[in-house]
Amino acid sequence: MLIIGGGATGTGIARDLALRGVRCILVEQGDINAGTSGANHGLLHSGARYVSSDQGSAIECREEGALLKQMAPQCIDDAGGLFVAVEGDDEKYVAEFPHLCSECGIPVKELDLKEARELEPVLSDKLIAAYAVNDASIDPFKLSLENIAQAQELGCTLLRFTKVIGFEKKNNKIQATHLQDTVTGEKIIIDANQVVNASGAWAGEVAALAGVKIDIICSKGSLLVTHNRITDRVVNRLRASANADILVPGGTVSILGTTSIRIENLNQVYPTVEEVDAMVGEAVKMIPALENARFIRAYAGVRPLVGSRTASDDRNVSRSFALIDHTDDGLENFVSISGGKLTTYRLMAEKTADLVCGHLGVSKPCLTRTEPLPETQPGKWTQPGLAPKLWMQKHEPEDILLCECEMVPKSVVDSIVDAIRKQDGQPDLKAISLRSRIGKGACQGTFCGVRVTAYLFDQGELTFDQCLAGLREFLGKRWHGQYPTLWDKQLVQSELLEALYCGLFGLEL
Amino acid sequence: MSDLKSIECDLCIIGSGLAGMAAALFAAARGLSVVQMGHTGEIIFASGLLDLLGVHPVSEKRLWSDPWAAIDALVRDIPHHPYARLKKEDIKAAFDEILAFLEETGLTYHRNIDRNTGVLTSLGTVKTTYAVPHTMWKGVRALKEKSDCLIVDIRGLKGFSGRQIVAAFENEWSHLRSARISFPDSDHLNEMYTEHMANALLLPYNREKLAGVVQPLVKESSIVGLPAILGLYQTHEVISHLEELVGIPIFEIPTIPPSVPGLRLKEAFERGLRLKGVQYFSLTRALQVRQTAAGHFETQIGRDVVEHIVDSRGVILASGRFIGGGLHADRTHIRETILDSRGHLINQAGLAIDDAFRPLADSGGPAFESLFAAGSILAHNDWKRVKCGAGLAIATAFGAVNAFVRLCR
Repeated sequence: MLIIGGGATGTGIARDLALRGVRCILVEQGDINAGTSGANHGLLHSGARYVSSDQGSAIECREEGALLKQMAPQCIDDAGGLFVAVEGDDEKYVAEFPHLCSECGIPVKELDLKEARELEPVLSDKLIAAYAVNDASIDPFKLSLENIAQAQELGCTLLRFTKVIGFEKKNNKIQATHLQDTVTGEKIIIDANQVVNASGAWAGEVAALAGVKIDIICSKGSLLVTHNRITDRVVNRLRASANADILVPGGTVSILGTTSIRIENLNQVYPTVEEVDAMVGEAVKMIPALENARFIRAYAGVRPLVGSRTASDDRNVSRSFALIDHTDDGLENFVSISGGKLTTYRLMAEKTADLVCGHLGVSKPCLTRTEPLPETQPGKWTQPGLAPKLWMQKHEPEDILLCECEMVPKSVVDSIVDAIRKQDGQPDLKAISLRSRIGKGACQGTFCGVRVTAYLFDQGELTFDQCLAGLREFLGKRWHGQYPTLWDKQLVQSELLEALYCGLFGLEL
Repeated sequence: MSDLKSIECDLCIIGSGLAGMAAALFAAARGLSVVQMGHTGEIIFASGLLDLLGVHPVSEKRLWSDPWAAIDALVRDIPHHPYARLKKEDIKAAFDEILAFLEETGLTYHRNIDRNTGVLTSLGTVKTTYAVPHTMWKGVRALKEKSDCLIVDIRGLKGFSGRQIVAAFENEWSHLRSARISFPDSDHLNEMYTEHMANALLLPYNREKLAGVVQPLVKESSIVGLPAILGLYQTHEVISHLEELVGIPIFEIPTIPPSVPGLRLKEAFERGLRLKGVQYFSLTRALQVRQTAAGHFETQIGRDVVEHIVDSRGVILASGRFIGGGLHADRTHIRETILDSRGHLINQAGLAIDDAFRPLADSGGPAFESLFAAGSILAHNDWKRVKCGAGLAIATAFGAVNAFVRLCR
């Protein structure tokens, strides 16, 4: 079995199949969660967001959200959520909301406005309605890293930085899949019985290589990260989905989003100044304190929406997923899964695994509804606030901090390097930053970039060319996130970063 | 406020980065009475290297070995760059005056008058610069000649790996080695700071201990490089003592700011300017500047509340960009922080000036007859990429002070 795509869905399928005893190879063109799974809100929906536009998705979210809280509590901050409307919002929508929630079986509690402002004092004094729901936040990096870790323990092979470049077809089947290592350029061929295309926003491109057409709309969503956590709970604007409606807590920060902009080029997905301005301008109506909050970076992801290109607003396209058996297109061993949401990733994996197990004649049932996701080392360090907590508890002064903003000590870097080595990967700065909070704090890599690089040298992990290339790539990635948020303190920070890396080291040359 | 007595002077200098320090020196040397203020200042973030001009055009990343030819090319292509308002002779004279002053205070700099110099950094890159502290100068030659060289790094000093520097020159510098030592008497410490080590090395006793650890590692090497920690002050004495003990030349490698060479510059200026009669208020900001009926400036200064009022004939804004606090950006506007309450929509952020280094008003003429600006606050400079930070600070301070002197005559 070959799985294409190392996001939430692909890693979820790998784990599901591994638990059924099916041998898999998972290939990913970048690193784990390099696509949409690593660039979303980290919101575990109660379902209430979709009660008006898409009741099917609302019910799926409700069921899966409740199940994941049981099965993967280590990835979830069960913070609860609020839906609030402010003066000027659509009162008809507000009035219908509790009934629609009840219709979908979604628990909802009306709050009086004083109570809501006691729960979240930063809420606007122009509130007109507030409801409490069961929203939560989920760490998507930890989730995928834990899924793949268990799959690997059960015999799954992971090939990161490996991109599909073509398929060989014969007798209505994919005979072989041609791949290329994106770092070394080396080509490999995988001969698999079944091929699952779980490449998310890239599903259309991958299917096209197999000569099959999938209609996928790509909708960019940009998000903004604050320096501090602004609210305890998830706060949603109570209205039909629009820009900057949701503020999700993520450990020590809050994440504001999103936008929805249709795009064609999947490889140039960056947040823009205009989006940031529009989001802050809108969100202050719900939470006025965001006007003067420090935003440290922005990022953007692509929602793969399977459906009609004629929809007037991409937000109205179903958020449910599409599982496509390409037998009808003349390929008996090729399946595509796309669309959907992070909240429903497990269900998507289950349905996909059911389908391919049917093809293979494997009758073992899905276990992910009942088997909790084990907690492993590699997935541990993505959680904001965890590294400092453990560092303080252990109090080993020789374990010096390499990243001071997020308080990441060298022992954490060691454990991540170790885990990457076990996956036959290259433990460079970028891979380490993906698996930890390094570079994600206020300094955005100014000091930790230099320090982690020097530390890796001391451990003999890098060559010099890898080091400079890694540092440039790491800073380049941080720059895309920083540049739309360059005002006030973050601009000062960025100027310091530039003075160091350009002014002193000439790294840009 | 009425009981505050004003301090009268010819020139009030706002800012204590390199531009502010240079302006204070030039003004004092021209017989002007000077009051200067600033907070910690960008100067402690200085690397200690004094750039003149290294790169132009930025888009082509073209490095120049002759900085003077580079300036010709720069001012031809970017006529608004602050260098365009100065004659090359003036930029040269400004550098000469600054370096002579630093020499007097004990902080010797070396340079090739008509050439840029390559300095080894802690990252393993070679930085193109102009004037180099004497503490690093021997390393310049070792790098050029690929001498038998030992890089010594220190356990617990983050962001400095000798192995990284050696790896950077893997194929071209075969006689480069590295070794790691524990700084003497630091067994109880896990993290080492350059400033503390530089301070410790002021004591001969600690130098003997350090030399005792380094000397056995030397073997066939003919020169040793260490992080920039060789004395917070008195660097001549510290280094020659260490060289005598170790037996071969020793040089420093610049570290990530805030670094010891930056602290040395700050200390040298503060001490030297005091001797020249500059009245300096440290950790003090200019809270407000207004023009009096007599055409003077009244500058209210203090930490948070007004502590003094400075009455001066002229003001030089050398308050830096965003790090220094001279400029501030909100979501839609960038503004100068002391005199400009409105803000502008501008993209080449900084102050536009006339040929006398006076900030311009909307009319296109100078905003005030005797308000000047110098250093990184000026528009169109891009010092980090073209590598002209120190040159910009020194030369524009020179230009601003001379323009003020001409005005006073």
